[in-house]
Amino acid sequence: MHELSVCRGMLRRVEAIARERGAARVTRVVIRIGPLSGVVPELVERAFPVARAGTLAADAGLTVERVPIRVDCPACGHTGEASLERLACPSCNSPDTRVAGGDELLLTEIEVEDDV
Amino acid sequence: MCDTCGCNLTPGNRALVEPGGHLHRTPGGHESVHVLEGLLAENDHQAAHNREHFARHRVLAVNLMSSPGAGKTALVEASARAMADGLRVAAVVGDLATENDARRIREAGIEAVQICTDTACHLDAHMVHDALHAMDLEAVDVLFIENVGNLVCPASFDLGQQLDVALLSVTEGDDKPAKYPVLFRAADRVLVTKADLAEHFPEFDRGRVEHRLAELANAVPVDAVSSREPATLGPWIDWLRAHWSALPAAGERFAAR
Repeated sequence: MHELSVCRGMLRRVEAIARERGAARVTRVVIRIGPLSGVVPELVERAFPVARAGTLAADAGLTVERVPIRVDCPACGHTGEASLERLACPSCNSPDTRVAGGDELLLTEIEVEDDV
Repeated sequence: MCDTCGCNLTPGNRALVEPGGHLHRTPGGHESVHVLEGLLAENDHQAAHNREHFARHRVLAVNLMSSPGAGKTALVEASARAMADGLRVAAVVGDLATENDARRIREAGIEAVQICTDTACHLDAHMVHDALHAMDLEAVDVLFIENVGNLVCPASFDLGQQLDVALLSVTEGDDKPAKYPVLFRAADRVLVTKADLAEHFPEFDRGRVEHRLAELANAVPVDAVSSREPATLGPWIDWLRAHWSALPAAGERFAAR
């Protein structure tokens, strides 16, 4: 699936950020994934060790923060969690909800190290 | 004020460099860098660049997504014929291998560039950008981007298109939107294709497609179309024309530069 290309693209950015800071290596990458992103956390975790080989993050750990889907309903004012199967309003059934969370696909933090 | 003795630290900024702070760096040279950017930043950057290309040349770019065999290529051919009186149509076609679809579209008199993705299950913005270099966008009004046949991965990659269209043929299940919610919830229009075969598949219920889209909080129009019956394409073609007409004049958006 596409998680390997997601990892490779991410690692190019991670390496660029590490180089900007003059760091020797990356020790941890922290990402945030919601179900609506279409990217599966378990597959990213499996692809990461393959993608990191030969990069500044060759020994880096990966932390994946999983976030739930949240919707706001302008019709009834309801706000709360929803599921991938049902994004309509759980309270009034309106199909005109707005996704307030759960579509995240973010690089949130990296930890880097200098040569000591 | 210097970085050597710590005299540059104030009560206001001290928290930043203490453990847990964004600028914290331990004596061992360990630093935590707060980033918060899209995981697909590289792709998104390229997609924004593609979008500028389309705007500059006043091109309406339409991303066609479906499972393999739902009729994307036939729809491109039929739509180009239907718009031949006013709009110039071109296509970028993605497949893992072969030039078959581009050749087929070119034989119908439409400019087409094939992208062979080798093993990739989707198009990304870089692949589309490379294909655009093989095309004169000045001679194009509507560009169909025929994605790789796949209802999963294409949904995650912005290509710079203005419109996302999902196709679903009557020979597939009417529960496809429920099975592939990420792609269908974001579609700007859904086309039920091969409508000419509907009489042979009475179990396919277009109402259920609409119901399942509503469950995904997506109230887009659903058209039943047949690429073999041009009369069925009317609302779809009108919709494309309306979107093309609404594009800002070429260069208008960039006039301030």
